[in-house]
Amino acid sequence: MSTTVPTRAAARRRRVRLPGGVALVLLLAFVFLSVAGPWIWGDAAGATNVVDANQAASAKHWLGTDDLGRDLFARTLVATRSSLVLAVLATVVGGVVGVALGLLSGASNRLGKVLGAVINLLMAFPALLLSIFFAVLFGIGSVGSVLAVGASFAPGFARITQTLTASAISRDYVEASRVLGKGPVTVVLRHVLPNIAEPVILYTTIHIGTAILALSGLSFLGLGVQPPSYDWGRLLSDGLTRVYITPTAALGPAVAIVLAGLTFNMAGEHLSDLVGGRRSAPRQVDAAPAPADGPGATGTETSSRGAHAEGLADQAFGSSTAPAARPLLEVRGLRVVYPGPDGGTVTPVRDVSFSVAPGETVGIVGESGSGKSMATSAVAQLVEAPGSVHAETLRFDDVDLTRRTKDDERVLGRSMAMIFQDPGEALNPAIKVGTHLVEPAVVHLHEDKPLARRRALDALRAVAVNDPERRFGQHQHELSGGTKQRVCIAIGLMGEPRLLVADEPTTALDVTVQRQILRLVAEVRDETGASVLFISHDIAVVSEISDRILVMYAGFVVEEASTEELLARPAHPYTGLLLAASPDMAADRSRPLPMLDGRMPGPGVDLPGCYFADRCPRAEQDCRDQRPPLLQIGAPGHRAACWHPLTADDPVEAPALVEERAAS
Amino acid sequence: MTPALSVSDLTVRYGSVTAVRSVSFDLRAGSVLGLVGESGSGKSTTARAVVGLAPFTGTVRVGERDASSPRSRDAREARRRVQMVFQDSRSSLDPRFTVGQCVAEGLPAGERRDQGRRVRELLELVSLDPALVRNRPGQLSGGQRQRVAIARALAARPEVLVADEVTASLDVSVQAVVLNLLRRLRAELGLSMLFISHNLAVVRYMCDDVAVMFNGRVVEQGGVDDILARAQHPYTRALLAAVPEVGQRRLLSDAAIEASTAASPAPGPGCDYRLRCPVGPAVDPGRAICTTDDPGPGAPERVHAAVCHFASTRQGTDALAGSGELR
Repeated sequence: MSTTVPTRAAARRRRVRLPGGVALVLLLAFVFLSVAGPWIWGDAAGATNVVDANQAASAKHWLGTDDLGRDLFARTLVATRSSLVLAVLATVVGGVVGVALGLLSGASNRLGKVLGAVINLLMAFPALLLSIFFAVLFGIGSVGSVLAVGASFAPGFARITQTLTASAISRDYVEASRVLGKGPVTVVLRHVLPNIAEPVILYTTIHIGTAILALSGLSFLGLGVQPPSYDWGRLLSDGLTRVYITPTAALGPAVAIVLAGLTFNMAGEHLSDLVGGRRSAPRQVDAAPAPADGPGATGTETSSRGAHAEGLADQAFGSSTAPAARPLLEVRGLRVVYPGPDGGTVTPVRDVSFSVAPGETVGIVGESGSGKSMATSAVAQLVEAPGSVHAETLRFDDVDLTRRTKDDERVLGRSMAMIFQDPGEALNPAIKVGTHLVEPAVVHLHEDKPLARRRALDALRAVAVNDPERRFGQHQHELSGGTKQRVCIAIGLMGEPRLLVADEPTTALDVTVQRQILRLVAEVRDETGASVLFISHDIAVVSEISDRILVMYAGFVVEEASTEELLARPAHPYTGLLLAASPDMAADRSRPLPMLDGRMPGPGVDLPGCYFADRCPRAEQDCRDQRPPLLQIGAPGHRAACWHPLTADDPVEAPALVEERAAS
Repeated sequence: MTPALSVSDLTVRYGSVTAVRSVSFDLRAGSVLGLVGESGSGKSTTARAVVGLAPFTGTVRVGERDASSPRSRDAREARRRVQMVFQDSRSSLDPRFTVGQCVAEGLPAGERRDQGRRVRELLELVSLDPALVRNRPGQLSGGQRQRVAIARALAARPEVLVADEVTASLDVSVQAVVLNLLRRLRAELGLSMLFISHNLAVVRYMCDDVAVMFNGRVVEQGGVDDILARAQHPYTRALLAAVPEVGQRRLLSDAAIEASTAASPAPGPGCDYRLRCPVGPAVDPGRAICTTDDPGPGAPERVHAAVCHFASTRQGTDALAGSGELR
């Protein structure tokens, strides 16, 4: 039975929000009111009746009457049209002016600087202040206030457009278009505008709500709509003088303003959700059914295979470099499950079993999506909720990682060291290099500072960082990529590393630096006697340093053997392809490379058979029906999961040679 | 025969930084020239300057045409004949366009009328199913996307294709598809290619000639086999020694290991590479000239035009090995 490993609990945050239907209903109501309101209630709103003047709310007049005896409820409903129309106009004015300015300043280098400065200057003033200023400038009245609110919106629109444009225009597809000879106007219209439209439209919708508030504010101050015309702000302004006698006179328009503002804001947010959802939708590539079984349901399947692996494991260790020793790391039946879209689950790691002996270097090789990094993260206890880790056995030294305690975590922190692909991400940019090294020693090992500092400088020297005293006081951005990676290794050396987990540690580096780091990892291994788990997509790099290699595909280990055995006699067709597809310095240039089209099944796909079958030139029906278990093939310790493994007679590249336009 | 692309004295400056310094090379018609070097060596900037995406001084000639002055008609015509394929096909295709629209964007104005047929032809040419025209780039695999990008570049009927790390972001199984395709296109269409890569094994497989760049300069150039067999510049040798090879276990050996891990080139006069040079003044005090004199000026006299004081001079090896002449 597999055990679920506790992952780091992360509180699920959710915004409290009304269902989208509420916003839609309110929006339709407002649209209806602004279209039909003046026809239905126009007469009632205009009918003066001095006798009924200044009445409080009653059954006849729900919100009371104004000083000419006009019904305030009818007037509030009728005012919907002018309020909304003015708000939309103001937003459109602001949007058009702002987007035009933003496009200009984002797309043009020279003009951009000047315009950007002007936009920044205007952004520094509160919008309401700007709109009051512009209202005085453009003149009092409807037109003036629309222009004023529009003008006060323009800097915001310009800013967002400028930012979006600047990022869109540096994309490769814009550059490709320029190389094809397209002019700047064509580029902006074809590539920039459509790609920034969504956020700009959302920004616009949300701003209609703000415009209603701003225009009402101006009318309230007497700068906006002038009598006899009226909008909600005007009504509010009139009603407020009598708020202590007949509060409903002010309350009606106030509620209308708040409701309208809320409605447009909500509509904007839901629109943004819809748009976001639509964009993420195509990511779920295949419509294959999610696995119906929960983590527990697979127990029988995995445990039977686990028992099988157990028997073979003994054989494996019989041939491995450190025969008698109990493995330092033991992983059996490892699965990593994440909640998927539509309530299903995705399984980036489906079934992984391996072990690492003390002092041994094990390489894991696989392409993107093979689950190699995720499996390693599970070993290093770095899988965060909502992901969950399941395993029959997950043991490091004496620590059962499926049931770890606080003390165990301290042990792990000291004896497991991680190196990542991007050392810049692993180092906190705000903290000095020295602090990264010293702090864990002081906090976890309770060392005093001078000692920790001395050890840190030693560690930096050990990883051949030049001028360690100076590096000690520097920040990560002052270091080159290679030096950053050295610092990360030095951090690991501050504990008592027994396992060095290196996840694509050289992928982002130049070949000369890659070579330095590989040598350093080998040196650290030889000096400390630590085991190394080395992950890479490049089988050549892995084979340079590893004693044993695991090949992963679609969340499974598909082959495992000592490095020499794997390179000499690959059994899984996928391994054969990996070895043959990448040209080396002796590749025959007169022949095309063996290749493989199509793609690896995603983590949401559930297949009964071999996951490589669809791309495999040797696949037959049984491969699709039944999944091949990882079984011993040939030499002890050489295992492969394949019904039709390559034999010594098969040339390595032959099985992978497929036609150029393979199925995809 | 006129070279398909001739670059001389190309210099690119960004503010006070000189990214490319006085680079010259010829791309023979119908051949593939590899540009190799570390990140920051200026190989991509050179490519961007050639296609007009980076401002430069110096001369770029495409066939008979001068592409140096940005606004002349001759230059615009020349530019159209040089097309580029980018490293990351995810970002080089507009996600809102369909595959058909992406490819059609490359068609010259005269061929718009026949757009549908041409797009289908181009997709066939890059071994993609024409039924994909209505798909969006996001629905394709990395290898398929890169083939769409190649089809778009080919739509403009270029004579020179600039391929900037086109397989760097692809998995190895898919890399082979793109490399095979480029080799086939070169043979079928007689394309000339400027092929930028940090992977020397890929460059060896793809290229006829190679130019090695360090710190914005071409430090050695010549026929690919000649460079691999008789590298003159210690930097080229260090690069070659660092190529990982399946089962060779060479990287942990001491051959051509560099003298230091200094990331930035040496300041001041002398050779830029002297701090790292495994045979230079850092290990051999007798090589003081490397700290005082720029090895650049004597380069044309040396084998592979190597920018190194201690590279063999031309007559020497010509007499000895009769090695292939460069350019």
